[in-house]
Amino acid sequence: MLFALEVAISGLLSGIMYSLVALGFVLIFKASGVFNFAQGAMVLCAALTFVRLLELGVPFWIAAGITLIVMMVLAVVIERIVLRPLVNQPLIILFMATIGLNFFLEGLAQGVWDAQVHGLQLGIDDLPWEPLANSTGMLISIFDLSAALICGVLVASLGVFFHKGRIGRALRAVADDHQAAMAVGIPLQHIWAIVWAAAGIVALVAGALWGQRLGVQFSISLVALKALPVLILGGLNSISGVIVGGLLIGAGEKLAEVYLGPIIGGGIENWFAYLLAMVFLLFKPYGLFGEEIIERV
Amino acid sequence: MRLKKLSLSLLAAAMVASIGTPAVAQDKKESDPTKEQFIPFLTYRSGPFAAGGSGTASGGEDYLALLNLRDGGINGIKLVWEECDFGYNTDRGVECYERLKARGLKGAPVIQPWSTGVTYALIERSLKDKIPLVSIGYGRTDATDGRVFPYVFPMITNYWNQSSAKLRYIAQLEGGEDKLEGMKIVNLHLKHPYGNETIPVWNKLAEKFGFEVTHIPVPWPGIDQKSLWLQVRQIQPKYVINRNWGVSCTVPLREAARIGFPRERIIGVWWCGSEEDVIPAGAAAKGYITAAFHAAGRDIPVIQEIFEVVYGQMKGNISAARVGSVYYNRGVVTAIVVTEAIRLAHTKYGVGPIGGEEMQWALENLDITEARIKEIGAEGLMPPTKISCFDHEGGGSVRFQQWDGSKWNMITGWIPPYKDLVREMIEASAAKYAKEKGITPRDCPPA
Repeated sequence: MLFALEVAISGLLSGIMYSLVALGFVLIFKASGVFNFAQGAMVLCAALTFVRLLELGVPFWIAAGITLIVMMVLAVVIERIVLRPLVNQPLIILFMATIGLNFFLEGLAQGVWDAQVHGLQLGIDDLPWEPLANSTGMLISIFDLSAALICGVLVASLGVFFHKGRIGRALRAVADDHQAAMAVGIPLQHIWAIVWAAAGIVALVAGALWGQRLGVQFSISLVALKALPVLILGGLNSISGVIVGGLLIGAGEKLAEVYLGPIIGGGIENWFAYLLAMVFLLFKPYGLFGEEIIERV
Repeated sequence: MRLKKLSLSLLAAAMVASIGTPAVAQDKKESDPTKEQFIPFLTYRSGPFAAGGSGTASGGEDYLALLNLRDGGINGIKLVWEECDFGYNTDRGVECYERLKARGLKGAPVIQPWSTGVTYALIERSLKDKIPLVSIGYGRTDATDGRVFPYVFPMITNYWNQSSAKLRYIAQLEGGEDKLEGMKIVNLHLKHPYGNETIPVWNKLAEKFGFEVTHIPVPWPGIDQKSLWLQVRQIQPKYVINRNWGVSCTVPLREAARIGFPRERIIGVWWCGSEEDVIPAGAAAKGYITAAFHAAGRDIPVIQEIFEVVYGQMKGNISAARVGSVYYNRGVVTAIVVTEAIRLAHTKYGVGPIGGEEMQWALENLDITEARIKEIGAEGLMPPTKISCFDHEGGGSVRFQQWDGSKWNMITGWIPPYKDLVREMIEASAAKYAKEKGITPRDCPPA
């Protein structure tokens, strides 16, 4: 029983790490209705920039600041070159544009920096939390607990940002209807640039945390694969949905791998996460917390 | 506006052209096909396995560059090569093969896919095209039986012999083969043809020596292996075999640290034994052991010579800091094998460009002795290798290296595999393949 609990807790903490990546998708979808296929590449870009600056001897917080600036500049450039010419085009066109952007950013990051593997140490131990290990025998990593805390703070901050103040209202208006928002004088381009910049910040945090665990390398962009079932389950436009989705997917896939995997051949957690998300879709087509779209005909 | 569109079109055209055109190393002004030996390079300098792909390709190219700069090529025949980056995608690997196979006066003399998936995909094509498929340290193990696979060469050591040498090493650590009985070993392998390749040999070894093996598949890309390591913790094995690739090699080291599993009892495949696999894991990698079929480091004469001659003239193909790394040296070893075969082919077919059929003869008669290795300056880098029609592997012994937190150190000499057991399995598997494909095995005397 204790082992099952340990598996579930490990899964919940893994799920939080997936949520962190999924958050970037949600931000952009909320503001523009675009599913940003390039979010994984943005994580790679941010992490590579950050780690290479550290390797060049730039102090930690200055490197983080420069990376944030780079991601914001990237956001403005993306808005100008990719998104602005496509305003009012069908969303599928914008989605296709982000697919192209994904491959471009992957190539750009590796071209500007390199395709090597870089170690990244954030100063957070990836070892079991001893008080818990001594009292219960469960080995839960300090790193995972710290990541969960960071993710919680980030989500709360973004939640406030999106729901309070003028920018928050403008963001929601743009998300609701581009043309109507523009008609009442909301600067769509500015809003998009702000949202892509916010997604860049999320990408840096996700890239740094995943980078400590995996090393900063191309594979970091593949964490996006883990974020997709989280989005499907939680809802594409809900920040709180991302957290709940991440928790459910993380715990579900780990429990399935440990208890179902050995019976059906193992290595099932990747597809099981998608299966779980699809089962939820049958009952909640917009995800658990997704906004239901009602169209009048 | 028109100018802007034109600029964008030109930029797009330039990008497409740069993606579609592989790196070509020929010196156009001196090009003479009758005095050039073409060698294709299938590479992956981008994507999830770029650290391995860039290292091996550059090591190979740098050795060819050394021969060109120092000796004017091989017997006056200049070596030229062309890269095709397939990103470790099997379909693109096959496409690269088709693109490069006819280059050079007599076509490609050899193809090295650097991918077990691509190796499998090319077995029938290479036979039809009569181009030897050389897979050093990877590929299809039963192709060691040259009677059934005349054009496939899994040279120096194949995966099954590697696995059996790992077991012999474990037996040495434990104080004898009798200590293996009842022992628990976990084979943590990528869920992929490459990862699955050694399951049969571990099962056979478990049956013979009485240990218990549990195969735990790692779903690609293996970036989160918590649930798998919780299973490892429940099983409580004495050893874990790390048979992964790329990022999935690194993750087990961190996971092992989390559950307190000693890194000295994780034995990795040589594709999980590079600097790139351990550095991201930081302190969690210290003590980790892997198999190796060649040495790493710069204190090897041929590596030093490459550094001085090739990098001294700014003709290197990778950052100088990576010269002597594990993947780089692996590329050098494979280039030595290929160029030694070309030399041998010259003795039979005359000096000039060599084609696939001529290369096949040379590879089957290749004997890289200890003395020749010393002449090349590769002493300590690679083991002697003798190939025959019967045995396309030509070695099978393995060394073991351990990460001390800053570099790999060799901790054993050459440990032989359980060759009889493995050969029996190879012949059975090759015979099954021959039956399925309607191949009549060649008549080759046992080596």
